[in-house]
Amino acid sequence: MIALLGLLVGIVAGLFLEPAVPISLQPYLPIAVVAALDATFGAFRAMLDGIFDEKVFVISFVSNVLIAALIVYLGDQLGVGSQLSTGVVVVLGIRIFSNVAAIRRHLFHA
Amino acid sequence: MPDHVPDHMPDHVPDQPVDGRRRLVDAMTRRPSGGQVVAGLLLALLGFAAAVQVSALRSETPYAGARRGDLVSLLQSLSAAQDRATRQLADLQETRDALEESTTQRAAALEEAQRQLGDLRILAGAIGAEGPGVRITITDPDGTVGARTLLNAVEELRDAGAEAIEINDQARVVAATYLTDGSDPIDGELDVGGTTVRAPYVVDAIGSPETLAEATVFPGGLTDEVEDLGGTVSVETPETIRVTSLAPPPDTEFVEPST
Repeated sequence: MIALLGLLVGIVAGLFLEPAVPISLQPYLPIAVVAALDATFGAFRAMLDGIFDEKVFVISFVSNVLIAALIVYLGDQLGVGSQLSTGVVVVLGIRIFSNVAAIRRHLFHA
Repeated sequence: MPDHVPDHMPDHVPDQPVDGRRRLVDAMTRRPSGGQVVAGLLLALLGFAAAVQVSALRSETPYAGARRGDLVSLLQSLSAAQDRATRQLADLQETRDALEESTTQRAAALEEAQRQLGDLRILAGAIGAEGPGVRITITDPDGTVGARTLLNAVEELRDAGAEAIEINDQARVVAATYLTDGSDPIDGELDVGGTTVRAPYVVDAIGSPETLAEATVFPGGLTDEVEDLGGTVSVETPETIRVTSLAPPPDTEFVEPST
C-alpha cells in the first residue's frame, strides 16, 4: 500500500517539478529506470510468492540500478555503449516479461 | 535483482495465505512497517526518475539523448552538406556575375550602337538635328554668286567641323549632295541636291560657332569672295541652330554591307 503510494507520489513529483537531468547522468537514467522496473516487478512477484523481504528488495533495487549504470559506463568507455545498453535493456526486458508472467499466473491462475 | 531466495523467508511464514490474490490483499491491508516505508521510498524514486526521463525526452531536442559517435557523424554529414551548399552557392554566384556582366556589356554595346546610329543618321541627313552653330546669310543682288562660291563655302564649313549643313531651310547638304547652277542657269537660283534654292542664301551649319564663323571671314575666304562678286555676307551665331530638312535617302543598287 505504502509502496504504491510512493510510486504515485514519485511520478507526480517528477511530472510537476520537471527537473533538468544533469548531463553526466543523462546516458544512465533510462537504463537505471529499466533496471529499477525489473527489481520492482521481481519484488511484486516475490510478494505474491509469499517470499517478499524488504531487505532483499532494497538491496536488489539498488544493486540493479548500480550494475546497469556501471555496464553502460563501461560500454561507453569501451566504445560499445549503444550496443551494450541495448543488450542490458533486452535482458531486463526478458526478466520483466518472465516476472510479469509469474504475476499473471498468481493473480489470474492462467 | 529480484530475488526469491529461499533462506530469506518473511517472519510470518506459518500463517501466510496460500493464494497469490490473498497475499496481495493481505499486503495491501497490512499495517505499514519500516521496511515497507523504505520500499515505498525506493518506488517513489523509481517513479520520479521515470517521469523525469519521459518529460526530458519530450521537452528536449531529438539530439539530447544521442550518443557522442552519432552526434559526431551527424555533425560531419551536416558540415559536408554545408560545404556542398557553399560550393553550389559560389558556382551560382559566378554564373550570375558572368550573366550580369554579359548583360551589361550587351547593354553598353547597344547604347554605343544607338549613339553611332544617331550620328550616322545625322551625317546622312536622315533625321533633323539641332545644336550650336552659325547662320550665314549671303545676299546676291547682282545674281553673280554661283554654285562654285556656295560649294566653297560648304567646303570651308566642313573643314571647320560643321556636322550638319542646310541651305535656306530647304536643302540639306550631306556628303553626296551636289551643287550646280543648273543646266539652264538662272541668276539667283541654285540646284542643291535636286532642290532649287533662291538668293539670298541662308546657310545653317551646326558645329563650334567660333570656328565656323572664323572659317567664313578669313582673308580670301567666303566673305572676300562674295564681296568681290557684289554681294554681302553676314554671320550670326544664335544659341540653337535647327536643321529640319532631310536629304533624299540614298538609292543603292549594287552595294551591300560587308563586314
